[in-house]
Amino acid sequence: MSGLLFLIPIALGLGLLGLAMFFWAMRDGQFDDLDGAAQRILIDDEDDDQ
Amino acid sequence: MTAPFRQQDLEETVRVDTRLTVPGMRCAGCIAKIERGLAEIEGIDAARVNFSAKRVAVRHSPGLDQGDLVEALRHLGFEAQALADNPLGTDDKESKALLRALAVAGFGMMNIMLLSVSVWSGAGGVTRDLFHWLSAIIALPVVAYSGRPFFASAWMALRYGRTNMDVPISIGVLLATGLSVYETIEGEGHAYFDSAVMLLFFLLAGRALDATMRTKTRAGIGALLSKMGKSARVLGHDGTTAQVDAADLQPGMVMIVASGNALAADGVVEKGRGSLDNSMLTGESDPERVAEGSVVHAGAIALSGPLEVRVTAASSDTVLAEIARLMDEAGQSRSRYTRIADRASSLYAPAVHSLALLAFIGWMVAGAGWYQSLVIAIAVLIITCPCAMGLAVPAAQVVTSGALIKRGLLVKDGSALERLAEIDIAIFDKTGTLTLGEPQADVSSLPEVERQVALALARTSRHPLSRSLSDALQHEGTRPAEVDDIVEVEGQGLAGTWQGVPVSLGRPVEETTGMSSLLRIGCEETMIAFADGLRADAGETLAKLAEQGISSRILSGDRKGPVEAVAQALDVEATAEAKPQDKLAMLESLRSQGLKVLMIGDGINDGPALAAAHASIAPGSASDVSQQAADAVFTGKALMPVALAVAHARRCMAIVRQNFGLAVVYNICAVPLALAGVVTPLIAAIAMSGSSLIVVGNSLRLARIRE
Repeated sequence: MSGLLFLIPIALGLGLLGLAMFFWAMRDGQFDDLDGAAQRILIDDEDDDQ
Repeated sequence: MTAPFRQQDLEETVRVDTRLTVPGMRCAGCIAKIERGLAEIEGIDAARVNFSAKRVAVRHSPGLDQGDLVEALRHLGFEAQALADNPLGTDDKESKALLRALAVAGFGMMNIMLLSVSVWSGAGGVTRDLFHWLSAIIALPVVAYSGRPFFASAWMALRYGRTNMDVPISIGVLLATGLSVYETIEGEGHAYFDSAVMLLFFLLAGRALDATMRTKTRAGIGALLSKMGKSARVLGHDGTTAQVDAADLQPGMVMIVASGNALAADGVVEKGRGSLDNSMLTGESDPERVAEGSVVHAGAIALSGPLEVRVTAASSDTVLAEIARLMDEAGQSRSRYTRIADRASSLYAPAVHSLALLAFIGWMVAGAGWYQSLVIAIAVLIITCPCAMGLAVPAAQVVTSGALIKRGLLVKDGSALERLAEIDIAIFDKTGTLTLGEPQADVSSLPEVERQVALALARTSRHPLSRSLSDALQHEGTRPAEVDDIVEVEGQGLAGTWQGVPVSLGRPVEETTGMSSLLRIGCEETMIAFADGLRADAGETLAKLAEQGISSRILSGDRKGPVEAVAQALDVEATAEAKPQDKLAMLESLRSQGLKVLMIGDGINDGPALAAAHASIAPGSASDVSQQAADAVFTGKALMPVALAVAHARRCMAIVRQNFGLAVVYNICAVPLALAGVVTPLIAAIAMSGSSLIVVGNSLRLARIRE
């Protein structure tokens, strides 16, 4: 029982942390262009330097 | 104290953001090409592509304007249009708010469910009470935050004496939460926090899907009157000129229109000759020649000039504004369309409410006491709550529109798919819709020397025929000849010298049928013919529509001759020389015959018809106005997406009906259990998520596209 007193707040805290991170990511525009992100990994960045 | 700085410093540091829509980008290669190609141009700092919305945000110095950027993108091989000031702003906000509410509901659902599972598996006494208290602490703020979209909508409906799907949802969630709080305080056995929050989560998922679809595909719709000239150079009495905003123009003023300018008002040419590109207004791709006394309209673009135009009608009196007004009125009739989800809920909500009330009264009569009767009534409300119903429509529509985007068709919102599925006659505009809308030069029989000279001349002009000719020749790999002293004589064409011989490219002396240019090298003359060719798959598309029981017709503002030629080639009925009002009248007469019309058109003159038709589609090359009025926009040169759109919309609606069927079957199974009073929170939770998952799974079948 006394274990729960620690574990439950920790679990909730982690959940809230995840929620906060999601909010931050959304405000930062991480979800604005999901299709673009999938395409961009195919672009060869090396070409830029030549 | 102000720091001193020079004007030049200011220009170096000031940067402007412009957003353009580029419907033609398809792959990673396009992203790289656009971003790198633009970044190399002098004055552009950075370009960032948003692939989902088919947009490019460009950061550049104020020296460049939208036209320069569009031209730069054209050189990279992409059609682009400037986007008006963030027309997507409000939608964006809505879907973001829904996503935030969804995230909060998801967080609450997971944590409450963890606690609930412990209670179900036998936690008792103090531990159970503690868990219930913890659930309450999590659930109350979550319900307050995530429930707002439903509460607000339900409140609106109730205030006007109507009900919608949100009313039973709100009542269910609020009653369940209230009862659970009561039970927690009293230390009783049951709390329904998990059901309430899970219900919110699944319903918000449906709402968020719906909103995502709308924001994703509404990109590229510019402001209505952006094609009209925003200002004009006006000649004063004393011979000086001044720049005047379009809104301040008065009849009687004289505008000076240079080539490349868009007209800001209707008027009559007083001085000068030239040609106008009227295609946005009439759909006619052949440039119109104007001289003293010609009537010209706002929105037309001067290809050569300068012209002096006396204003006859300005701002809200122009023909363009009149079309905008017609469109506005025509659009009213369509906004009355009730979406299938609303129709379903108008049947569903009263049924659920009466059922819950009957359960309450029934158990009271049976002598169960008010507390237990209320618990059972709430169980009925919750278990019948339209979780699966809320997902049935958006899930299917999101999957369908995603599949259609891959085929080159952007559907603007879900109700468009519903309306597309119902149509039974298709009306096509000719120019730019059945045809490509731009003159195609026939260069196949041109000898090599002529090609090289023609290219050298044509590439120096902005005239549509020259543009088309140089595109066609460059496409065939022709290299331009060395032609010197090229001059463009307005109304006549281009002239220059090649190896000491005078060469010219211009309008043929005698009037011929169709468009053509005359190329002279010395005294040798060659005719180059232009034709506005049919889209390659136009016939196939009409056949496919006929296969689905949809007849087709042509309704065009063009002259009789060309329209009849196309009608004959495609073997369909045709009406020519129709004004926007005539098009509306025709739609109205078809509607009175009980037909649901699909309108496909591209010009500003099609705008009112597009807005009035039951459903409408515009090509990606269409004017902003038409794209805004249409339900869907197809990109690329193929017409087939039109036929595909109808086929997919019908499949989508079949799946939506199945989804509703599944939801009804689920209710038939679950409601008797709830009425009998044997629904535990566990059963409610399993039943609810099960039905939602089945609906989503069924909708995903739409992703597999059959041709």
